[in-house]
Amino acid sequence: MADLLVWLIWFLAVFACLGSGVAVISFENPFYSAIALIGNLASLAVLYLLLNAEFVAAAQVLVYAGAVMVMFLFVIAYLGKRADAPWAGGPSIQTLAAAVAAGAILVEVIAVIGLASGDRLSDEASVGAAFGSPAEIGAVFLTDHLLAFEITSIVLLAAAVGGVILGSEPKAPPPEPEAPSGVQGTGEKT
Amino acid sequence: MRGPDVGWYVAVAAFLFSTGALGVLLRRSPLIVLLSLEIMLNGANLALIALARHHGDVDGQIFALTVMAVAAAEVVVGLGLIVAFARGRLELDVDKLRFLRG
Repeated sequence: MADLLVWLIWFLAVFACLGSGVAVISFENPFYSAIALIGNLASLAVLYLLLNAEFVAAAQVLVYAGAVMVMFLFVIAYLGKRADAPWAGGPSIQTLAAAVAAGAILVEVIAVIGLASGDRLSDEASVGAAFGSPAEIGAVFLTDHLLAFEITSIVLLAAAVGGVILGSEPKAPPPEPEAPSGVQGTGEKT
Repeated sequence: MRGPDVGWYVAVAAFLFSTGALGVLLRRSPLIVLLSLEIMLNGANLALIALARHHGDVDGQIFALTVMAVAAAEVVVGLGLIVAFARGRLELDVDKLRFLRG
């Protein structure tokens, strides 16, 4: 019975995940795309919970679906509505080539993983109740992966400084770019 | 483990990754390209967490958390660039953004 319930939740989460993923890339309005991405991230958090990754699921909802998407929505609101019709004008060469390339990536990934794993992916290791809990994640982060932890903090600091520099108004008006010789130099002479 | 095998999760991750790749290749607006990149990163995260469950080892989850932090950093810089484009009256179209002179 519990097995059936897990299968049902899995199907619902996968359907929501793949459906909202397709919705993200096919909406014209970027605001709707961002909303669809929030649904995608939330259904992925459900899949993480089914995989015994409680802490990652909580971090996904807090950091991704919360903080990052709020930033996205602020920027989309700042830019205003700029529609970008993805399917306008019928299928062009570029559209077809993109679809073929994405399909090729899908086939490659599935074929390589299937060939490399065989049927070994069906007998997973048995894990205790503490697997993926915040206590275990924290213990591993601060012992075996301390370098990754510190490097992550430096990356975030650099990104924050870069974001402030990119987003701040320039203090002085930028110097005029040098006019290409012989093209625009006639304005002041006459 | 109750429910589907780890292989099914990896298949979903592959679908998600190629959906994001299709978005990156197809869409012109840099905002949607960033959103599609998020889908690709999340497909990779799902594969990492599924295989961490397969091996019974939390190292994959640690890597997934690191990927999330790097994705947040990437979003900050990408959105900063997009705001700078919009402030410089550049058209938000990756086919037309060929000069980055500011």
